Amino acid sequence: MKLAVCINHVPDTATKINIAADGKAIDRTGVTYIIGPYDEFALEECLRLKEKNGGDVTAISLGGDTHKETLRKALAMGADKAVLLKDDNARDSFAVARALADYLKEISPDVVFFGKQSVDYDDGAVGVMVAEMLGMPSVSVCVKLEIVNGKATAEREIEGGREVVEATLPAVFTAQKGLNEPRYPSLKGIMGAKSKPIEERPASVVAGKTELIKMEKPPAKAGGKIVGTDAGAVPELVRLLHEEAKVI
Amino acid sequence: MKILVFAEQRENKFKKPAFEAVKTARSIADQLNGEVIALVVGGDVQSIAPSLGGYGAQKVLIAEDPRLAHYASRAYARLVADAAEAHQATIVLIPATAMGKDLAPRVAVRLDAGLASDCTALNVEGGEIVATRPVYAGKALTQLKVNSASKVFTLRPNVFAAGESSGAVAPVERMSADLTEQDLSCVATEIKQSSARLDVSEADIIVTGGRGLKGPEHFAMIEQLAEALGAAVGASRAVVDAGWRPHDEQVGQTGKTVSPSLYVAVAVSGAIQHLAGMSSSKYIVAINKDKDAPIFQVANYGIVGDAFEIIPALTAEVKKMLGKN
Ligand SMILES: Cc1cc2nc3c(=O)[nH]c(=O)nc-3n(C[C@H](O)[C@H](O)[C@H](O)COP(=O)(O)OP(=O)(O)OC[C@H]3O[C@@H](n4cnc5c(N)ncnc54)[C@H](O)[C@@H]3O)c2cc1C
Ligand SMILES: Nc1ncnc2c1ncn2[C@@H]1O[C@H](COP(=O)(O)O)[C@@H](O)[C@H]1O
Repeated sequence: MKLAVCINHVPDTATKINIAADGKAIDRTGVTYIIGPYDEFALEECLRLKEKNGGDVTAISLGGDTHKETLRKALAMGADKAVLLKDDNARDSFAVARALADYLKEISPDVVFFGKQSVDYDDGAVGVMVAEMLGMPSVSVCVKLEIVNGKATAEREIEGGREVVEATLPAVFTAQKGLNEPRYPSLKGIMGAKSKPIEERPASVVAGKTELIKMEKPPAKAGGKIVGTDAGAVPELVRLLHEEAKVI
Repeated sequence: MKILVFAEQRENKFKKPAFEAVKTARSIADQLNGEVIALVVGGDVQSIAPSLGGYGAQKVLIAEDPRLAHYASRAYARLVADAAEAHQATIVLIPATAMGKDLAPRVAVRLDAGLASDCTALNVEGGEIVATRPVYAGKALTQLKVNSASKVFTLRPNVFAAGESSGAVAPVERMSADLTEQDLSCVATEIKQSSARLDVSEADIIVTGGRGLKGPEHFAMIEQLAEALGAAVGASRAVVDAGWRPHDEQVGQTGKTVSPSLYVAVAVSGAIQHLAGMSSSKYIVAINKDKDAPIFQVANYGIVGDAFEIIPALTAEVKKMLGKN
């Protein structure tokens, strides 16, 4: 089984975000980057599919040289091959998807995994866009997956429950928390990853379709009110919710 | 200029975000002198379709087939794109629900359109739509324009007002579904309902409990308050990871993003990843014994005190006010 997983290199979720001087991006100074948390579930699922069905796992990231750090982590966790689609410019989800789809078409995997969303721009779009570009079925936001004889049965999270989806391979999946528990790279894996090569090639060039006008911090909440310090404050809280906020 | 709205239904009932999207389309169309067309896809939707007129749709297209009763991403996406093309709708609005978020990227690719996802505002400026969307889990906001000829926007549920129906009915036009094998290569076959009475992503009021509650047994107190308020029960990740509550109740970066009218956080510290999922709630109440807990920074109202004492009192007071006792 040929498995591919697309992973992004994103700011740690606990990072404090400051806006860069141009007002169009974040200030990257002092920001630590990690493998996208959902992409880690995606990678883990590929490793498990490989352990079960044989085959190999290719990890792909589109971005600048810094993305090698995340590809190195994927190798340490157990990916067989890592590919950097090199591009130093910011892209929108359409342009990212197009370049990933161009590369994936070349290697024609049976299963392509993505995270359900990047934790930077939070689009949650690239995986399903790639599926449509490649003319493949897809199941997004998977919390469970079983593959038997070229047929996938997946469960995706929806409001109030789960939707069971059947899809034929080759297919695209996007991973949600709950799908699995990602492993820690073993010492052997970490040492081995150092000597594995990362293939580099230029990402195909495509223009984006969206234009960022500005990025800013959300307006600060106008000072909240501490109503009290014990149960004695409860009637006043309920009054405020009813009369001032009008939410109950 | 025409706007096509994908009006999501499940089990032949519209979801509230469908009304929100139609109403938003109406307001944009009014500013741009445009027309609003809604599309309903499903197994048997003819009877519900005309009601979208009450939110401002001038025409409702329906695509029906028993095989569309459950969501089938490729078929749904093709029908949305076909409808947009057939009616020359250059703007497509889709609710950013579980279904809409899955559908929109396919629709965008089919229409060669740029996508702005999970928008929290759409404003018309100089004849163009400027979308606002949160990034970095709500730690920053961006404003963007879509430059392609066709444009797709998904709208975060509960943020755009649906208002009340005017009672108007819209004419219905049937489009043929003509399903192919490819359309049906990934289809939902069944829905497993979760045990929760009400899902956090659809609730207007949420009461969330955190690790400060010390054990799963103390969630009974949270459930009682939720019951009194007609609210859904939410959970922090700490609580879900400890196995006290199921993952589908988790609010935050790796859980659900919610924007209810009222969010009550009980014994939740307000870690940045938790705030990511709930800071766009309209009113936030925090109950925490630590006055320095970060949750107070986003709360409109707070009580610094012991949840074990405050929550039962709050439940009683709410019941009293709502005349439930
Ligand atoms: C990649 C990543 C993703 C994450 N995603 C999420 C997510 O989606 N959702 C999420 O919630 N977290 C998420 N987290 C975890 C997050 O960082 C916090 O660890 C978590 O939110 C803490 O949960 P808590 O507030 O319930 O617990 P704690 O931080 O332990 O807070 C407990 C609070 O209860 C208060 N308390 C204690 N006793 C009482 C009492 N008797 N009465 C009143 N108050 C009391 C304490 O003062 C404290 O503030 C994520 C973390 C990472 C790294
Ligand atoms: N630059 C990138 N390189 C590789 N994969 C990416 C990149 N950007 C996004 N992805 C993948 O697409 C998923 C969804 O991203 P997004 O649509 O940006 O939220 C991520 O979880 C990754 O799996």
